[in-house]
Amino acid sequence: MAADPAAHRAPVDLPLPADLPLPVDLLLPAARGHVAAGEPVVAGERSAPARAALFLLAAAVLAGSLAAAVRIGTADVGWAGLARVLGARLGLDVTPPPPLVDSLVWDLRLPRVLMAALVGASLAVCGAVLQAVTRNALADPYLLGVSSGASAGAVTVVVLGVGASALGVTGGALAGALLAFGLLLLLLRRTGLDSTRIVLTGVVVGQLFTALTSLVLMASADADTTRAVTHWLLGSMAPARWDTVAACAVVTPLGLLVAWLCSNALDGLAFGTDTAASLGIGVRRTRLLLLVVTAVLTAVAVATVGAIGFVGLIVPHGVRFLVGPSHRVLLPYAALAGAVFLVWTDAVARVAFAPREIPVGVITALLGVPLFLLVLRRRGEL
Amino acid sequence: MRITAEGLSWSVAGTPVVRGVSLDIAPGETVGLLGPNGSGKSSLLRCLAGLRTPDAGTVRYDGACVRDWSARRIARHVAFAEQDAGADSDLRVADVVGLGRTPFRDRWRGPDATDRAVVAAALERVGLTALAGRSWKALSGGERQRAHLARALAQQPYALLLDEPTNHLDVRHQLELMELLTDTGQTVLVALHDLSLAARYCDRLLLLHHGRLVAAGPPAAVLTRERLAEVFEVDADLATDALGRPAVTYRGPLGGSPPRHAALTAFTPRLIHHSTPHEGTP
Repeated sequence: MAADPAAHRAPVDLPLPADLPLPVDLLLPAARGHVAAGEPVVAGERSAPARAALFLLAAAVLAGSLAAAVRIGTADVGWAGLARVLGARLGLDVTPPPPLVDSLVWDLRLPRVLMAALVGASLAVCGAVLQAVTRNALADPYLLGVSSGASAGAVTVVVLGVGASALGVTGGALAGALLAFGLLLLLLRRTGLDSTRIVLTGVVVGQLFTALTSLVLMASADADTTRAVTHWLLGSMAPARWDTVAACAVVTPLGLLVAWLCSNALDGLAFGTDTAASLGIGVRRTRLLLLVVTAVLTAVAVATVGAIGFVGLIVPHGVRFLVGPSHRVLLPYAALAGAVFLVWTDAVARVAFAPREIPVGVITALLGVPLFLLVLRRRGEL
Repeated sequence: MRITAEGLSWSVAGTPVVRGVSLDIAPGETVGLLGPNGSGKSSLLRCLAGLRTPDAGTVRYDGACVRDWSARRIARHVAFAEQDAGADSDLRVADVVGLGRTPFRDRWRGPDATDRAVVAAALERVGLTALAGRSWKALSGGERQRAHLARALAQQPYALLLDEPTNHLDVRHQLELMELLTDTGQTVLVALHDLSLAARYCDRLLLLHHGRLVAAGPPAAVLTRERLAEVFEVDADLATDALGRPAVTYRGPLGGSPPRHAALTAFTPRLIHHSTPHEGTP
């Protein structure tokens, strides 16, 4: 057992409150009494109950958005119809709804809206995490080349029919995404995973798979396939079904939890490798863990609904502007905001040009760009 | 806490930076680390802070070899502060200082009453209480240095390892910072460029030259005219000031470059030529 320095000398003595429950050897008693325990360090800071209430309010906004988005659509089912479908499905004693309404709400809209919420939360948190890990304000979940890999995989399956029966588009996309991430890790294996290297390697891997996608499309696809693939490439919630929602519902909350547990390390990484390491953060290990988590979250999201742009870039910035840059607070709010944002943009994508449906990726950019400019302007950075 | 190193060597891309340094810093001692640019001060500090794994040699805290210690365990013993860290963060000052509590926090919970009290006390210690809610981006260079020191203090370390903490500070804040360091009563190893400041406040000085430790001892013994000429390539006079410490007066750089007045004379005609009214320079 190594010698414990505490046995030799007390650590740096700070004047602390006398009533603080501290290990005796941590502080010299004479110096206590300057600061009252429990007082906020920053004047005017919200109390813990107020912060909890605010978060619950934001969660309630998400719940309301989910309900409203399930109701919105080309066919109006009404609140009563909605309640009847849910009641009947949950085994309550209600008049069963017409089969058509039941199928519309339960098989199409509900999984779609839940998928939008899960993907939105996932992309926003991945964006926030990668912006911190790469210390780059322009980072988004697709920086790692995962989405390009997914596109290449999906296109290979759809156009060339490779493994079409076994994998399907989703399986192909997932395989492509993981392949791209594997290549990224291979290229980064002997490095310290420093910010610039992650960004550059990610861009290179992304470009490679984008080129492969284009090559397959140009060489082999006919007009109809190209159109179908383009829809997927721009991102659309239309393919969301219960099986993909279930996969997302398992992976996404787990990934978000792991990211949130690293929030202190994410704050520390902003101060560079040495300062972060001197705070007891295992810098390389943390970076690797966060890269894997964001890559898996992104891969699962992209495999089902395509590369929906902009959510992972603007939502973190907007939320940072509202709740501050501390990741412990930022990440949960980014998850809620991303979910709400994508649920509503998907609703717009469904009804704005009905009966024709616009890929949600188009709407996120159309709505996202002005919102982003507004945030930049309010921050005085534009 | 006693910090010792035996035969410490570290190289980057095959170039040796620290060469066979052995040192022994007694508990409570304030030691200044001196040397010209590129002499290996920063690298030696990082080896001692466990941030670099030395190619050879050992670092011991109170006799225990730290080679296999986790980053967290090291962070509970020593605090490290470097210059110009984190220019792009917009965390609040209180949150930055709160990062010093990282080695004591578990992942599941946020800052508790102890963390908040320690942060408040550390801010007060460096005189930044009024700026606790300010964004990091809005701080001046000097305020950032003091905030980094507060962060290091919030780690409640047994030893402080600081890389040029007086950079960006005005004279008053330099003196205040050095007094604060000596007042902690902890082991302090501080890399400094200002020889007089080091002589004034440090119990002992270590002098590095090309990665080797060339002198160690009380300021008056380390700072000699011959050594300053050899290591820093300056022509300097040493006197004893009113406090009995060595005071350095520089006469100029040694060798190579011509005297300053010669350089000015050579340059003047060109300046005149370029500032003729026809060329539109103000």
